[in-house]
Amino acid sequence: MSKRTVEFELATPGLDVRGRPMRVPLGASAGAAVAEAEPELGGDHLLLNIGPQHPATHGVLRLVVELDGEVVVRCIPHVGYLHSGFEKLGEYRHYNQIIPLTDRTDYLSPMSNNVGLALAVEKLLGLEITERCTVLRVIACEMSRIISHLVWMGTTGIDIGAFTPFLWMFYERERIYNLQEAWTGARLTTSLTRVGGMMADVPDGFVEGLRTFCQTFPKTLAEVDRVLTRNGIWCARTQGVGALTAEEAINYSLSGPMLRASGVPYDVRKDRPYLDYQTYDFEVPVGEHGDVYDRYLVRFEELVQSTRILEQALDRLPDGPLNVDDPRVILPPKTAAMTDMEAMIFHFKQVMEGVKTPVGEAYFPIENGKGELGYYFVSDGTAKPVRWRIRPPSFINLAALPKMAEGGLLADLIAINASVDIVMGEVDR
Amino acid sequence: MNPSVDALRREFGPLIGRALVSCGDTIVYLDAGRVAEVLRWLKETPGQQYNYLVDVTAVEYRDPERPLEVVYELFSLERRAPLRVKAELAKDRLEIDSVVPIWAGANWLEREVYDMFGVSFRGHPDLRRILMWETYAEGHPLRKDFPLRGRFSRAEQVRQALGANPEAHYSMDELSIADAYHELPEDMRERLARGERGVIPEPQRERGGE
Repeated sequence: MSKRTVEFELATPGLDVRGRPMRVPLGASAGAAVAEAEPELGGDHLLLNIGPQHPATHGVLRLVVELDGEVVVRCIPHVGYLHSGFEKLGEYRHYNQIIPLTDRTDYLSPMSNNVGLALAVEKLLGLEITERCTVLRVIACEMSRIISHLVWMGTTGIDIGAFTPFLWMFYERERIYNLQEAWTGARLTTSLTRVGGMMADVPDGFVEGLRTFCQTFPKTLAEVDRVLTRNGIWCARTQGVGALTAEEAINYSLSGPMLRASGVPYDVRKDRPYLDYQTYDFEVPVGEHGDVYDRYLVRFEELVQSTRILEQALDRLPDGPLNVDDPRVILPPKTAAMTDMEAMIFHFKQVMEGVKTPVGEAYFPIENGKGELGYYFVSDGTAKPVRWRIRPPSFINLAALPKMAEGGLLADLIAINASVDIVMGEVDR
Repeated sequence: MNPSVDALRREFGPLIGRALVSCGDTIVYLDAGRVAEVLRWLKETPGQQYNYLVDVTAVEYRDPERPLEVVYELFSLERRAPLRVKAELAKDRLEIDSVVPIWAGANWLEREVYDMFGVSFRGHPDLRRILMWETYAEGHPLRKDFPLRGRFSRAEQVRQALGANPEAHYSMDELSIADAYHELPEDMRERLARGERGVIPEPQRERGGE
């Protein structure tokens, strides 16, 4: 990534040798200066409570920070305000009944959560899905990634003081949401997949609508690129802020754009391929500085790449059956269940008993917008899992927040927290 | 079967328990007493390099006789290879070494396992509940003997939530920071000195017909 030129004059003394805007030094030495000038103020630290109801914490996150002047000495996050016990609930439900729970974890990309869950159960069952279903699931995943990154970019812009991109991003998100609504009937709680297939095929006009989106979306991206990427204020607020090296990022188990911004080229779509991602032509953007700015660049590029994948998927979308041909897994059509004795029995058994999985366990990771989303199932042969574990990418990414924020400014804490891309429904589950 | 299992057996012998393959994933059981040592070997040995800790979680089976398992999902970013490592813990001694010294990312994951299953991690720098609040008194929610709707009635849960004193919402760490800079209110300091952090007053008797 070599987009590090700043076009505008800043109110700071200028750029340092590494091309970063220089700041009035406010680091740890500032505390000593204050202590000298005003002895009764200098050494005092302040304990400040941010959240849980604060727009800049992106949900019900609470941060308790110890401040020395404006410098964050310690940052202690408190999570759990949105804890709903999804993993516990999952142990009391059939596999298909868990799908609505996944809508509500990472509620900014429900469709890819649905896909991940269905894939994990299919791994447990050893089930091969149909070609059309595979391509439709890729479309669902990439639409979700676009929605997730659009919300991230919009809200992070607002946190740092750029309001306009927020409006453009939400306008674009609305267009994707309309397509999603036409497909699933819902804007948020999509419950799109079923074990062995999909809840529904795409409606008429969907393919054309998505194609139009893919053609026009890059124009908005180009505008955002113009207002943000070389914007002096944006660069000053993001470059060099919250930087993590590759070793640190791996040590903290970060995933997704957070990991790649630090220079680790790990993308589940490339490195543990699922669906048929290995047959698509796309790049995995990797940053080099690991700061907020690189995270922005990585996510920006991922939006472009997701659009590319969507175009390829639309081109190859095959005809043919959507669901696997297995009446033990897929419900028969309603008309058959009402008229055909055998279909009625299968329908009854599935609704009353659920899909039974063999004894065993499976961990299935997918690349969600936030990072590596994994579903881990342990089955004892019944229709309900013994254990359903969500590997929550934003929970694990958020755990590195104190590491990134301590020693920085309070204002940077807001930028760093925004750059993690958390969604509290998933952090707290 | 993942070749790392044979390498582990050669290196550690009796510390390595059974190994099996389920749905294509290799699972290897370790002696719970020396998990940290074996995991460090898996992370640092050339040829293994499981340098990425994907997840730490636990599994309790429906069979009450079966021990609880702590599960480490590892991945080698160098070799693009996964490995699942498990340690079995008897339910009356839920204790295992922390892997935070090996992977900083294990910090919150182990706190979550502690919170949800009651496993204590020896050597964890900050073992507190994470998703439930610190003064939560109903037990560990993901244990099989924990009822789906919790142990306390809804009315009791509401009463406790509303009745908790303010310091219940801060960790002892934060309270000590506030105390060090003389920001702790006097009444809070007194209650803390009496050991009453997070103590909920007994329910008031409703006045019956006078």
